[in-house]
Amino acid sequence: MSEIIEILLGLGDKFAAHIVLAASAIGLGILVALPLAIWASRSPTVSRVALGFASLVQTIPALALLALFFPILLSLRVVFGENLPTLGFLPALLALALYALLPILRNAVTAQANLDPQVLEAADGVGMTSLQKLRLVEAPLAAPFVMAGIRTASVWTIGAATLSTTIGQPSLGDPIFAGLQTQNWALVVAGCIASAGLALVVDALLGMIESGFAKRRKWQWGAGLAAVAFGLGAALFAQGDGEDDDTIIIASKQFSEQYILAQLIGAQLEKAGYSVAYRDGLGSAVVHSAVASSNIDISVDYTGTIWTNELERTDNPGREAMYETIVEWERENTGVRVLGRLGFENAYAFAMRADRSAELGITSLEDMVAVAPQLTLGGDPEFFERPEWIAVREAYGLRVGETRNFSPTFMYNALQSGEADAISAYTSDGRIAADKLVVLEDPREALPSYDAMLMMSPRIAEDEDIAAALQPLIGAISVEVMREANYAVDRKGEGKLSPKDAAEQLADQIGL
Amino acid sequence: MVNTLVEPSGGRVLFGEDDVTTLPQAQLRRRVGYVFQGIGLFPHFTVSENIAIGPRLAGETLPASRIADLLNLVELDIEMASRMPDELSGGQRQRVGVARALANAPELLIMDEPFGALDPITRDALGEKVRELHTKLGLTTIMVTHDMAEALLLADRVLVMDKGALVTDETPRALLKGEGGEIAQGLVAVPREQAERLAHMEDMPEGGPA
Repeated sequence: MSEIIEILLGLGDKFAAHIVLAASAIGLGILVALPLAIWASRSPTVSRVALGFASLVQTIPALALLALFFPILLSLRVVFGENLPTLGFLPALLALALYALLPILRNAVTAQANLDPQVLEAADGVGMTSLQKLRLVEAPLAAPFVMAGIRTASVWTIGAATLSTTIGQPSLGDPIFAGLQTQNWALVVAGCIASAGLALVVDALLGMIESGFAKRRKWQWGAGLAAVAFGLGAALFAQGDGEDDDTIIIASKQFSEQYILAQLIGAQLEKAGYSVAYRDGLGSAVVHSAVASSNIDISVDYTGTIWTNELERTDNPGREAMYETIVEWERENTGVRVLGRLGFENAYAFAMRADRSAELGITSLEDMVAVAPQLTLGGDPEFFERPEWIAVREAYGLRVGETRNFSPTFMYNALQSGEADAISAYTSDGRIAADKLVVLEDPREALPSYDAMLMMSPRIAEDEDIAAALQPLIGAISVEVMREANYAVDRKGEGKLSPKDAAEQLADQIGL
Repeated sequence: MVNTLVEPSGGRVLFGEDDVTTLPQAQLRRRVGYVFQGIGLFPHFTVSENIAIGPRLAGETLPASRIADLLNLVELDIEMASRMPDELSGGQRQRVGVARALANAPELLIMDEPFGALDPITRDALGEKVRELHTKLGLTTIMVTHDMAEALLLADRVLVMDKGALVTDETPRALLKGEGGEIAQGLVAVPREQAERLAHMEDMPEGGPA
């Protein structure tokens, strides 16, 4: 419990960022929805189209909607220039505002449609112009209903804003995603308490304004409005003294190794006197673009990932050639500087239980070919669709009896319980050592290498001081120490460490 | 049609010398007091704000003394001024409706079935009141009603519409004498027969058929 409280107290900047993001999105939603609702009340076609569009948006999962804005904004750079941000605040704002549209729009349209026709006739009868009618009659009578819509939108938006973590916008989703990944439930609970608490407080304040409108009590909605404005002002103020231009932003993808390495890099830079900020839990696909566009400054990526996703290559020229080609390609095409390799690989590799391996006499993929039709192979949800698997199948002429998908954590359980004979493990995964698994050799080099590389954004690529501060990490991390650190974070019970503590321990081990 | 809430499909409506469709709509409506069955008080305004809305639209503030006068005219207590419409009875609300229509000192008062939703006693009292105001303030009043008795008792001239056309234009006295044509006489026959039956009932012994 005290751990959760401690985490909560450290969430101040995420909290402020969350409030500013959610409030901006709701504000933008209101700015778009209200004029649209007025227009819709005067034209059934507009009403149908607007409500149809808003409902359609609502059917898109929030996570997908957030991710969709990345390619949309990227293509809009043709119009708005290269400085248009594609990650972080802007896409999060746009996606959440779209999401906020429906409840506000629907309530406003319904409120207008349900206004007493006698009152509207009287408004015309006393000689109101249509603007006077809107201002004096329609708007005040619709206000409580519109406010109810804004209230619904606010609760949704505050919840959905946690997902903006995945596109590089700091929010209360940061602790939730980090906690889910490293199975640190205190972080998850703290993130949930903070965002749910915020939603409840905002709901109560807006409810106060709503009933103030309905009962025409000026002091009540005035006080509610003042409280909301105060909270927003405080959040803006708190955010204002956060990051400045000198802050170096370090990214991590959504798995333990990335969290640990981000902390390790951060500590190294802080030691050299830099201020750093973290964008944890980014979607794997957006990290490279984020570095290339200098939305973030440092990431750790893997040769095989860049090779297939960015260079769009399917061949395998061998470990060294692949690395050299990538360094060259990045320098010429994106301006990203590859500072070097950290020294370990996080590749796909097939792993078996030691007893099963001995029983079947399999130590390499070559050995596996003969018995493969009797075997069940487990993989993470994407593995059997990936080029790596296709390459292995073709290189060895492998015909496997059955393939099954598991989430990474359950993959290892499946191996232990015998539901899978072999799995597509990750070579730096701590569970390989902990479970005493045998990693099958790949004599035909069908699986590409996945050397971990330190990437620097174009913004800091030329900065030799930063490069010098990070140089000690290059070639310093063996796969054994990485496995150990990963396991310390992934494991349960006694000896479980936070990514930060694991990073400190790792730093000690490699003599930093 | 006079205040252009409904557009004429044919013909013209003249207000003074002018075709109403050529006059600026909002200004025209402020010169015409409008009272209708639905009343349509603004629920978020107090009684006095409701009454003062016409002058307010023209950019004037109706002085409290004038509101008091108007409430007085429709026989409402001055304390009502600060009440909200949902605190009033149906009859009180329509009195406020009449006061609102009179606030602009209109040249014409249009009453579209103004008492249709009221109970008979309130209806009768309000009818009398409006007729009294009409005389006292020297108004021109057009009242639309389905109740021929109401028309005969309150009006100077009774016009009968049938299927969108004017079929009769007579004084109440002439109508009672049997003029104005078949349709008008059919309408006059209803209250007359009712009155006769009521009178007859008074003469009958207790318990007898009507």
